[in-house]
Amino acid sequence: MIVAISIGAVDVPVGDVWGIVLRHAGGARTGPADPALDQIVWNFRTPRVVLAALVGAGLAVSGAVLQTVVSNPLADPIVLGFSYGATLGAVLVITLGGGVALAGLGVPAAAFLGAVAAGALVFALGRRHGRMAPTRLVLAGVAVGYVFLSATSFVQLRATPTELRTVMFWMLGSVAGAQWDQLPTVAVVVLATTVLLSLFGRRLNVLLAGDESATALGVDVNRLRAVLLVLSALLTGTVIAVAGSIGFVGLMIPHLVRLTSGADHRRLLPLTALLGALYLVLVDLLSRTLDRPDELPLGILTALLGAPFFLWLLRRDKGLD
Amino acid sequence: MRLIVDRIHVTLDRNPVLRDVSLEVREGDVVGLVGPNGSGKSTLLRTVYRSLRPAGGVVRVGGDDVWGLSPRAAARRTAAVLQDPGGNTTGLTVAEIVALGRAPHHGLLGRDGAEDHRSVSDAIDRCGVRPLAGRDYASLSGGERQRVLLARALAQDPRLLVLDELTNHLDIRARFELLDLIRATGVTTLAVLHDLDLAARLCDHLVVLRDGTVAAAGPVLDVLAPDLLADVFGVHARTERHADGVVRITYAARPLARAGGTADDDALTAGAADR
Repeated sequence: MIVAISIGAVDVPVGDVWGIVLRHAGGARTGPADPALDQIVWNFRTPRVVLAALVGAGLAVSGAVLQTVVSNPLADPIVLGFSYGATLGAVLVITLGGGVALAGLGVPAAAFLGAVAAGALVFALGRRHGRMAPTRLVLAGVAVGYVFLSATSFVQLRATPTELRTVMFWMLGSVAGAQWDQLPTVAVVVLATTVLLSLFGRRLNVLLAGDESATALGVDVNRLRAVLLVLSALLTGTVIAVAGSIGFVGLMIPHLVRLTSGADHRRLLPLTALLGALYLVLVDLLSRTLDRPDELPLGILTALLGAPFFLWLLRRDKGLD
Repeated sequence: MRLIVDRIHVTLDRNPVLRDVSLEVREGDVVGLVGPNGSGKSTLLRTVYRSLRPAGGVVRVGGDDVWGLSPRAAARRTAAVLQDPGGNTTGLTVAEIVALGRAPHHGLLGRDGAEDHRSVSDAIDRCGVRPLAGRDYASLSGGERQRVLLARALAQDPRLLVLDELTNHLDIRARFELLDLIRATGVTTLAVLHDLDLAARLCDHLVVLRDGTVAAAGPVLDVLAPDLLADVFGVHARTERHADGVVRITYAARPLARAGGTADDDALTAGAADR
């Protein structure tokens, strides 16, 4: 992370970065270092890298949990409609601007509400006679996603070119807007839900055995699904709200970890959080260095970089045959 | 632990599946549940492992109504091995699958302790799957999987075992090995079995279900009487206990001579009738 902080439009020596970060972490306002460097490192780069790590961890953990909850390796926050819900919320605020902003809603708040609304819809539509069958949940998620996507497209048709560019950038995701004051909320939600979901690790393992077997192993399958859906919608909503809809991380990182260190959730979830965090920090670093001084949106690079590696790993693994 | 099913009624999608079904498995007994397809055998098992709540009647394990127990408390008493359990176990090793059996013994904050390791290791040894422990479960053969799932059930340290068609898809040797394994556990068992010969070999008592009601119940030879086999299963057969204590059933498409006579030309031996 320190290396990621040191590299950017202006490169700062790693030693200076350590000095600045440690001084601030120790409570000092500014240091003897060049005030401009201090500004760059502490006010721009550091929150950005921290946010990238939190967002990466949140998306990856959410994907890992959803894949197990709906018993489908293709599941992630996008397939289950959460991301499209968030997108509609964000796009509404970006295009309608004034009107919605009057109601006191910023883009992050609207995106969060959109994701949670999508989660609630999937939850409600996926239930029948109090049971939540995995296949029904996935299909409900896909359908809800399409509805939100259509609504988003309709809103975009009426947007101005400037608004469209903002919308596009938001949809592809970015942590460029990171600020210190938004970090505590995100950090608390990501860390708390990740810890909580890891505590459910043993029960998530049991869920892998199939619903009837899980029931015979003492797990209340429907209640567990409900709790996990709520937690992952909350987690996804929070990170998408601040960083936009970033694809690939939630789908691939969990599989990467499964392929390399097994499917036991008590190990899988912490490792997924770690790898997701590292991955998004790396991707963000590349997004601001490949095309200096311009920046690429994260969503373009996450898949472009990760997919070839993932495909290589898939071909190497014999367990999938 | 004693199982008592007391006059239960079950309705699925408005169809009555079980009507006024009662049965009892005494402590330490192995009871077979037999009957034609669709007679309600698996549904009855679901009421025992607390997956399906009967509309009427009560299921008691160790004297307590299973729906009065928490899911985890019920799973500490009753373990089940089910047919085609589904799920997605890719990436879990055999040892990890067996360790799932410890789930009912832990809350959210529970960590694996010495007792868990002992139960898992013991179950792995008893079912002879030690050489498979590090393998991916998805890579196992049908017979190996059944033994692993039985090991998972034993790792639950259950007082009652519920088995649904455990021996399906297994070759003849694997079947007998599995039956010996079940008898050797000494755990009270209720087993759905398709194959009457295996049922006769494994069980102390049999319960015959037909159209959601109990058609007969009692000691193996009493239940597998020619009249009942003709009535419930639509086959002509003769059951006899041989000198070695093994019960054999001889089937035929048309009526057979009474026990003691030689088999008719068109009589099929039990093994052939399986196919």
